[in-house]
Amino acid sequence: MKKRLRKIIMATIIFLVAVLIEKIQFFNLNEMTISRIQLVLYIVSYAIVGFEVVKKAVVNMFHGEFFDENFLMSIATIGAFAIKEFPEAVAVMLFYQIGEYFQSYAVKKSRKSIASLMDIRPDYANVKTHGKIEKKSPEEVKIGDIIIVKPGEKVPLDGVVIEGKSMLDTAALTGESVPREITVNDNILSGCINLNGVLEIKVEKEFGESTVSKILDLVENATNKKAKTENFITKFSKYYTPIVVFLALMIACISPIVTKTNILDWVYRALTFLVVSCPCALVISVPLSFFSGIGAASKKGILVKGSNYLELLAKTEMVVFDKTGTLTEGVFDVQKIVSEKGIEQNELLELAAYCESYSNHPISLSIQKAYGKEIDKNRITHSEEISGKGTISKIEDKEVACGNIKLMEELNLENVKQVEEIGTVIYVAINKQYVGYILISDRIKEDSKKAIQDLKKTGIKKTIMLTGDNQEVAKKVNEALQLDMVYSQLLPVDKVNKVEELLKHKNEEAKLAFVGDGINDAPVLARADIGIAMGAMGSDAAIEAADIVIMTDEPSKIATAMKISRKTLKIVYQNISFALIVKIGVLILSAFGITSMWAAVFADVGVTVLAVLNSFRALK
Amino acid sequence: MKKNYILEDLDCANCAAKIEEGIRHIEGVIECSVSFVTEKMMVEIEEGKEKEVEKQIKKVVKKIEPDTILREV
Repeated sequence: MKKRLRKIIMATIIFLVAVLIEKIQFFNLNEMTISRIQLVLYIVSYAIVGFEVVKKAVVNMFHGEFFDENFLMSIATIGAFAIKEFPEAVAVMLFYQIGEYFQSYAVKKSRKSIASLMDIRPDYANVKTHGKIEKKSPEEVKIGDIIIVKPGEKVPLDGVVIEGKSMLDTAALTGESVPREITVNDNILSGCINLNGVLEIKVEKEFGESTVSKILDLVENATNKKAKTENFITKFSKYYTPIVVFLALMIACISPIVTKTNILDWVYRALTFLVVSCPCALVISVPLSFFSGIGAASKKGILVKGSNYLELLAKTEMVVFDKTGTLTEGVFDVQKIVSEKGIEQNELLELAAYCESYSNHPISLSIQKAYGKEIDKNRITHSEEISGKGTISKIEDKEVACGNIKLMEELNLENVKQVEEIGTVIYVAINKQYVGYILISDRIKEDSKKAIQDLKKTGIKKTIMLTGDNQEVAKKVNEALQLDMVYSQLLPVDKVNKVEELLKHKNEEAKLAFVGDGINDAPVLARADIGIAMGAMGSDAAIEAADIVIMTDEPSKIATAMKISRKTLKIVYQNISFALIVKIGVLILSAFGITSMWAAVFADVGVTVLAVLNSFRALK
Repeated sequence: MKKNYILEDLDCANCAAKIEEGIRHIEGVIECSVSFVTEKMMVEIEEGKEKEVEKQIKKVVKKIEPDTILREV
């Protein structure tokens, strides 16, 4: 780089001297001598800055490569020398090199800034062996090893915390800026940053299988799957250069014969054509924009597996959601406690929690979670589970029965009212006296409503929910969320069929995205135009199955992803149209001899640099 | 079999496209993808033809971009 810059500066100085020598007549030299000195200076300047290019052109020519930029630039500039346009010849080469310099600087810079965005690769692991701490590369650490992570360090491998307590910065994985608390027995994922305490971790996965490697692998290989636009540009550039070169030949050879005008004039125009014949601006800026977009998404905890998916996402008009685990939490929670006269809600919950404390059924776990205090098992003298109905336990002097309506019927209780609400109802009786019920159901995620609203704002035409639950539940959820359409009582197979049906009845150009939790909807994720898996933190299955992976379980991230994709595509189209308009404009103008080689150099390199700078915007 | 390479000092995007195209045409190559941005190349090669294909890959890269250094990862 430095050597290149030195050459450019030297050549520029000599070039300027050559131009100015004519204006400042210091030695009273006659015109002949001045133009001879000028010629020598021009040639020296050209040799300094253009030697590499000409050399490459010659080498490539022997390889049969006639349409590469070195060759075209060499022909254009040597041609300009031949028709005695000396300053032009040198200037074109000089500006070409300056442009190349800026371009490779900009590309390097953007490569670096994208790389730093994804800089989650841990460099080392502190392995504890026989009381000593040894620094090892993460690849060398084995399952079962104990590693120490100090404050400020990256967690290098997945594992379980065996000692210590700390706050974790998970932003690199999830885009979540609020630190997460972590303590003994918690699972810890590689890629997080330990903020304050020292943690001792037992390694559970080798580096290659750890979260951080999986994510890095995914993001780094994202450019392997190219977007349609990218492939189009590659194809376009394959034809563009030969066509422009052919047109240049026509102009140089045929026009002077047809119009019977000065041949040199037409040769100059043809050489101008050659200067604009490289499609570089397009070929560089389009993949760069897509990659910047992928980088911007991954910063927000959204992993996109390929440029093509980013492009498809921008064209999505229909978003289909799975309900459980996607729009709702997928975990059962106590929604409501209704107690009869003579008993407090808290007491009812406490007794129910004690009564069910020996069961590990999801329902009883949710009751214990709602109770939230430790269960003193000494207070329970007897507990019996009645399969399919509930539990009867003796707690101190009280006999408590918790279960469904069948249990209440079996106990022949009076005053039990059957509750008509959505979810699972647990009836509670104390000493054969009905005292109330607890309503348990799945909870809608906090940001689900915002997610649907945001999607509509970004221009999604239709939002649809699929669920295996009954109509009542589906209806109730949709009252809160306001999706456009709901299909309920679907078996997993029906979900695939439904998506197929939706795919059949939509416009070819409008894409359909399916959002699921990636656990049991892999076939649907695969069938949709784009499969989006949510809450993938630590779930390999979800990462495998989907095209776009959202690390957290916030559905509102889908709208964020959509915005990023639209912005990226907008930048891509801006770059394409800007480059094409300028280039075609210069071609037309130079065909009529209105413009000069100077403008052509701008159309070539200037546009490339501007397009590269523009693609930077996709990063933000 | 999939192989991954790094193309160090890949300076010209058009060449990246040409390298990709050139390698795709090598016999025994199923798929090739060159990423100009990450300077990476993925080549999928038919089983048993790795050695021959690898020689050809080197040739293609050398021909299109003589300054680029090809490294396997």
